[in-house]
Amino acid sequence: MKNGLRAFSLAARPARPVVVPPGDPRDRGGPAQPLLLVESLRKYFPVSGGVFNRRIGDVKAVDGISFAVFKGETLGVVGESGCGKSTLARLVVGLIPSNSGSVVFDGDPVGGSNGLTLRELRRNLQIVFQDSDASLNPRLPVEESIAYGPRVHGVTRAAAKQTAHDLLRRVGLRPDLFASRYPHELSGGQKQRVNIARALALSPRMLILDEAVSALDKSIEAQVLNLLRYLKSHFNLTYIFISHDLNVVHYIADRVMVMYLGQVVEIGPADAIYSEPKHPYTRALLDSRLAVDPIDRIEAAPLTGDPPNPITPPSGCRFRTRCAFAEDVCTAKAPALGGWRDPAAHLAACHMADRQSGHSRAGQTLPATERPLVSIEARLA
Amino acid sequence: MWLYAARRVLLAAPIALGVTIICFGLIYLAPGDPLESLLPPEATQADIAYLKKVYGFDKPIPVQYLKWVTRASVGDFGKSIQTNRPVLGEVTLALSHTLVIAVGAMLIAFPLALALGTLAAFHLGRPPDRIATIASVVGVSVPNYWLGIVLIIVFAVELGILPSSGMGPDGSAGFDLTQWSQLRYAVLPVLTTALVPLGIIMRSTRAAVAEILSQDFMLTLRAKGLARATIVQHALRNALPQVLPVMGLQFGYLVGGSILTETIFTWPGTGFLLSKAILTRDIPMLQGALLILALLFVIINLAVDLLQTALDPRVKRG
Amino acid sequence: MAQAMFSFAQSHEIDTPPPVAPRRGYWRTVQRRLRGDYVTLFFLSIILLLVLAAILAPLIAPFDPDKTSMLYRLKPIGYRHFLLGTDELGRDMLSRLIYGGRMSLMMGLVPVVLATCIGGFFGVVAGFLGGWVNMLIMRVTDIFYAFPSVLLAVAISGTMGGGVANGLLALTLVFIPSLCRVTEAATTQIRSRDFVDAARVSGASSLSIIFYHMLRNIMGPVLIYASSLISVSILLASGLSFLGLGVEPPTADWGLMLSTLRQSIYVQPLVCALPGAAIFIASLSFNLVSDGLRQAMDIKA
Repeated sequence: MKNGLRAFSLAARPARPVVVPPGDPRDRGGPAQPLLLVESLRKYFPVSGGVFNRRIGDVKAVDGISFAVFKGETLGVVGESGCGKSTLARLVVGLIPSNSGSVVFDGDPVGGSNGLTLRELRRNLQIVFQDSDASLNPRLPVEESIAYGPRVHGVTRAAAKQTAHDLLRRVGLRPDLFASRYPHELSGGQKQRVNIARALALSPRMLILDEAVSALDKSIEAQVLNLLRYLKSHFNLTYIFISHDLNVVHYIADRVMVMYLGQVVEIGPADAIYSEPKHPYTRALLDSRLAVDPIDRIEAAPLTGDPPNPITPPSGCRFRTRCAFAEDVCTAKAPALGGWRDPAAHLAACHMADRQSGHSRAGQTLPATERPLVSIEARLA
Repeated sequence: MWLYAARRVLLAAPIALGVTIICFGLIYLAPGDPLESLLPPEATQADIAYLKKVYGFDKPIPVQYLKWVTRASVGDFGKSIQTNRPVLGEVTLALSHTLVIAVGAMLIAFPLALALGTLAAFHLGRPPDRIATIASVVGVSVPNYWLGIVLIIVFAVELGILPSSGMGPDGSAGFDLTQWSQLRYAVLPVLTTALVPLGIIMRSTRAAVAEILSQDFMLTLRAKGLARATIVQHALRNALPQVLPVMGLQFGYLVGGSILTETIFTWPGTGFLLSKAILTRDIPMLQGALLILALLFVIINLAVDLLQTALDPRVKRG
Repeated sequence: MAQAMFSFAQSHEIDTPPPVAPRRGYWRTVQRRLRGDYVTLFFLSIILLLVLAAILAPLIAPFDPDKTSMLYRLKPIGYRHFLLGTDELGRDMLSRLIYGGRMSLMMGLVPVVLATCIGGFFGVVAGFLGGWVNMLIMRVTDIFYAFPSVLLAVAISGTMGGGVANGLLALTLVFIPSLCRVTEAATTQIRSRDFVDAARVSGASSLSIIFYHMLRNIMGPVLIYASSLISVSILLASGLSFLGLGVEPPTADWGLMLSTLRQSIYVQPLVCALPGAAIFIASLSFNLVSDGLRQAMDIKA
């Protein structure tokens, strides 16, 4: 597998150190304390039907997610459409209330009697959405949209406008040209830059990027990704980067979390996940990327069928209906992730990863995908 | 489908209930006792008390309401204070007269509006469209009571060919649809009433058909080489679900909002009955007529809604 | 290669020429479009004329509108100094029409303005809060919607005894449901857009979001709808006066004039039709201007 990906591997980069900048005045607890700690987060959306529009079930959009984001890192979140990534983003930021579970920001629980209020949380944590156009008020010039956040928190109009202009410059838009423009006078990439500037206006410590580059053209996407990397180092930010594009996540993320049907199935350092996935779903996702090198082509479809109904997910392991290695133990018991607080751990919620699960392949690594095309060297040998 | 229909009917029930409350409670809006205004000033307290007892006004208001509603649900709306005849009978009679005008206007206005609106949509921007648009704006802006007067002036006063008021040569007794001598009394009222719906429906049709025509599938039909008439059929069939609710609403207005036209032409319909009831403060008649008209309106809207759902495959059912 | 990708410097700045040359606000674009719409401008000037005539009535009316004269009853148009003839009590029609414009325009505009404020308020509340508040408000709206407008206006005004104040009340009540509905629909639609979520994430209070972000997006469609109601209001108000439920005689009002002149159509048909013509012109002008406004504001930016 490593051989095949060599052609366009971005692993030629130097190793990515996770650096917490010294002297951040808002830092509490130092680098060992995760900036964001999410525990057993659940969100169910009621489904109504029948004659009287009663509640007949729940869409289990996010069903017991736990993870940690450490200071200075970029956590990539990947998964198919409908796996709950965007719901997760909105839950963390507080746009929708959760059914159960907790969110802890740098040691302070969010909500509750002694915890951070939403308003305080939002000074530290901001979000950039996918639809760059819908995220901007069509009737406001972009500098007003950016300045709104600071003004809500008491900054004077002039100071907020100055902040807006500074941020526009930071994201690569000249204020004298762009500040008084309306959203319909900007291109998609420019609008997304404005959205990033708007998110940064409150000087947050953490940004959630919910498919922020997915809707952009590839060349623009590259520009914005580079911008994000620059901003992260310049403003000492921590990112959660949500995307369905595995290559983009590989480029930008330090650690990666893979989600399926509202749950975390694998989490670990990016290079480890991309080179040696432990969960069959992750492996299937990686295999479904289009290959440039003919050696990497596979014939069998990596993943078949549609994801199961989120209202009535399968018992035990949710992936078992599409898994080539499913056995009885997978139906009986749901595999646990365990040990997710360790920043360096590479974990998978799969019975095959757990030595004591009773699965016939427990403790063994995943078999390599069959690639029928043999390399030229192997043939000549 | 039937599940959806049942649900819609169920949803309409609280609305109907609210309507009954309003119809009943309206008379208590006005300052003063509703009954006292009926009597001459010299009436003694005993007279007032007796009258209250007879008509049931001595009980507290919620009790009165309940009694009224329960009786109304079986068709007993009490007796008119003016004529001492059952309210239901009077209202149904008046309704039949109003329906003559309403149906007549509908028969003229609806097909004409569909035709003109479609014509306008097919010739967007060109003279037929401009004329049709002007006609529909005029139709919507013209006060129909003024139009009635103008028509009376033209046809009755100047030309003298049509009668100016009333429902028949012998007044408002009976009405025979088959005789021209009686039918001619209906001509002017029907024409007057038809103009506003004509304007509104023509506008809706034009908008709906124009939107359909701009869609790609119409281009496909033309590319297939279909005859003009067939294309028009296709366009109309697709536009119908959008136009139908407007038509239903207009028909509802024709039945419920006929008061002005009927006043001008002295046509003894429900509108006329209602205005008389208001002026003479005939409370049972007022409440009864108002309720029947409002409920009719609700039923017509419900029927149109269900019809639209049945016709338009895109609307979700159930 | 990695270093080149990582270095930032000037590569991020956009210095290509902007796609749209001069910047234009939304309202300026609307203005520009309106300036080319001659029909709308023409009727807008008619409205201004009517409004001016109503305001300046005491200055421009040739005679006292209430001065009766048994001698000059029902004189035709252009008879001596009575430019538009006289009514059945000998009063000058032109003066009465000018003064009548005050009443009719006032009863056309005031209910719509009031209903926009009240109905708009409930609509925004219903749209923003959603849930059971929305259901409650919209159900009550539905109940009032179950009456045809003429019927409701006549019923309310009639049972309350007629008169100008009751007429205004009745008309306002008639228009509140539809304005509430339009506002609720607009608010719900705007509320689901991402920029509202973004504003919430900025930590703003609901009130701030509504007033600063949402209102400027809702106002457009609501104002267009309200302006289209003005012509209906003029028609309904004159209708109420026609039935004797609005203005009391001898005050000049177009609907009332039409009603009292009705008996005289055999004598002076043209004069008797004049008040209705005034109503028609006013209603038509407001209708066309509102249509023109809607077209100008329907910019697919």
